[in-house]
Amino acid sequence: MAEPMRIRATMAGDVADVKVLMNHPMETGLRKDAKTGQLVPAHYITDVTATVNGAKVLDAGLSGGISKNPYLGFKVKGPKKGDKVVVSWADNKGDKNSAEALIG
Amino acid sequence: MNALRRNVLKGAAGAGTVAVAVAAGLLKPTQALADVPRSAFEAKNVGDALKGMGATAPADSKDIIIKAPDIAENGAVVPVEVTSSIAGTSAIAILAEKNATPLVADFGLMGGAEGYISTRIKMGQTSLVRAVVTAGGKSYTAAKEVKVTIGGCGG
Repeated sequence: MAEPMRIRATMAGDVADVKVLMNHPMETGLRKDAKTGQLVPAHYITDVTATVNGAKVLDAGLSGGISKNPYLGFKVKGPKKGDKVVVSWADNKGDKNSAEALIG
Repeated sequence: MNALRRNVLKGAAGAGTVAVAVAAGLLKPTQALADVPRSAFEAKNVGDALKGMGATAPADSKDIIIKAPDIAENGAVVPVEVTSSIAGTSAIAILAEKNATPLVADFGLMGGAEGYISTRIKMGQTSLVRAVVTAGGKSYTAAKEVKVTIGGCGG
């Protein structure tokens, strides 16, 4: 099972500011292991989706070019305090994770 | 992920296939526009990546603001923030032009999401960081140079 992820969502005026931290190695598949000299197999998040109150707001495709333990910030107009934000990801090995938070 | 959607977008016919799928009600227009085929992420140069995204000749735009450091000491973690004030922004893609695979990420925005994305990317060497914004079926672009002291891809 994947490591937990963190979401923080705050309202600024009528815009919700959502910040997400995901735990993931994000290996490009191009890096060599310093000890063995072997290529480290690619292992990175390929898809991230976010919903606010069940309605999709973000549908992202990622690559190994995103830094380790990806950070993602986005803004959504319209939601209210207490609305639920759900962020989920899937990686190239079929691993998945999802987390939710209430907008504060 | 919707397997059908992936397959449709992978189809060689590209835009035509998508249009048919939209007409047939299989895909919502926002979804069809938001998703970039996986092959674009494997493209080895900017031209191929843009072609894969279906944005061959994006117009330069001053309404896209890229916030990134002028000099990044550590190429493994380069904070990048893209703000698009173009009305109807439906997707923001980020490319690091000299990376082995330039297309870093594509963010489809919908349901009230603003034209704003903040993330951290890896950069192999000093190069332009390019943002490609899709709005109303058209593509717009802007770029900013980031100098990298220590590369973050491979090593």
